[in-house]
Amino acid sequence: MTEQSPVEVMTDVMTKFTSYIGKRLPTDVKGKLADLRSKETNEMANVLFDSMAANQEAADKLNRPSCQDTGVIQYFITVGAKFPLLGELEEILRNATLGATKLGPLRHNAVEAFDEKNTGTNTGSRIPWLDWEIVPNEDSAIIDVYMAGGGCTLPGASTVLMPGQGYEGVADFVFDVVTSRGINACPPLLVGVGVSTSAETAARLSKKAILRPVDSRHPNANAAKMETLLEEGLNELGIGPQGLTGNSSVMGVNIESSARHPSTIGVAVSTGCWAHRRGRIKFNADLSYNILSHEGVTL
Amino acid sequence: MKKILTTPIKDEDLADLKIGDIVYLTGRLVTCRDVAHRRLIDQGRELPVDLKGGAIFHAGPIVKKNEAGEFEMVSIGPTTSMRMEKFEKQFIKETGVKLVIGKGGMGPETAEGCAEHKAVHAVFPGGCAVLAATQVERIEGAEWQDLGMPETMWINKVNEFGPLIISIDTKGNNLFEQNKARFNEKKGPILDRIKSQVGFIR
Repeated sequence: MTEQSPVEVMTDVMTKFTSYIGKRLPTDVKGKLADLRSKETNEMANVLFDSMAANQEAADKLNRPSCQDTGVIQYFITVGAKFPLLGELEEILRNATLGATKLGPLRHNAVEAFDEKNTGTNTGSRIPWLDWEIVPNEDSAIIDVYMAGGGCTLPGASTVLMPGQGYEGVADFVFDVVTSRGINACPPLLVGVGVSTSAETAARLSKKAILRPVDSRHPNANAAKMETLLEEGLNELGIGPQGLTGNSSVMGVNIESSARHPSTIGVAVSTGCWAHRRGRIKFNADLSYNILSHEGVTL
Repeated sequence: MKKILTTPIKDEDLADLKIGDIVYLTGRLVTCRDVAHRRLIDQGRELPVDLKGGAIFHAGPIVKKNEAGEFEMVSIGPTTSMRMEKFEKQFIKETGVKLVIGKGGMGPETAEGCAEHKAVHAVFPGGCAVLAATQVERIEGAEWQDLGMPETMWINKVNEFGPLIISIDTKGNNLFEQNKARFNEKKGPILDRIKSQVGFIR
């Protein structure tokens, strides 16, 4: 038997990992849902939590994608400048998406813009979507895989506030998005908020925010306080699973931020549904790997 | 006791249902989403499936072909019903469909359509696609396959498909609209409290 090349090895792992995360939720999300379910007192909400738990059990047992909408595949890459396959990563991840589409199987979710044709492969112009952060002097790579389903992508919104609107305006914006369109996005949601300088920088950070663990906090004390206030406030609304009311609305609120222009406050919201399918994997230079998001995985 | 609806559904089967009730469906369930709605309403094309007394599901499933060449349901959860709001009232009128299943609420137009033509909208728990697939006994047909896997009209034989939570009843009551009003009422005082603590720009 011929030995696999490094590119083949990494493609194989990423194919299996991309397929895997569509079937089983990450450890933090699973824990949070169990926690919310145990505290739920609303009768209909409990019927829904029971269905959700039964679904995840069936998906695991039957080895199938737990939600039919396996999303557009997005990879958020944090890679050392000295990672040996840096130049090959784009090709590796494209092939991993093609492979996972057959292996999962994943639903065909890439419709070429303007031609309006489904490519049938989950690949297309700039899809899978790649987001890059290069770390100087490192030789490892961390890859977050995210299945951006349609339902929880729809509420996404970004705007630029005037400084006079302040963080009060940020709170208004987050509540407006969650109470108008978030209700249909399969709550309890993980809400990501980007606070930054412009529309697109805030949007990117809001997506990075929902890649962070559910119960994590922003390192800045004011930002962390705002995360807690928004989370408690949204839960008080009692949106409940599927927007059918209950004791909770969200799994959490995560804020990511950057410095901003003194005249602008860019703010954006991205939402993750309860079936928040993301995975984090770290490759070392020798291509040995650790799965950081899910416990006890064999690919 | 489980309340089970069976296709073809008659007006009297739905008359006593109220928003918030939970029912199950046995019989024929046809997937129908964005483009199928658009083809009937905007383009005036005839649907390839008779939906009179029937049930549709806003869903785009994952389907595979088994070794015998038959379609097999892998994963089939509901998609956001609100996307079909633009078409649904007219769709109910033209097709005579009685049960519209999806995810999240629908708007005032659909509620009007439900009241006028004695139909209901119900929610299947979103994201619970494998649970739903285990309630599909078999795929009996697939129309408009040119639309690709999610948009094809998949004709399914289902058994006790649910839970289905009635979100619009035949009186036009709308559970999600009522809930939204409740959330909006609560929102003001909560936001005031948060805003009093985030005056970070000084």
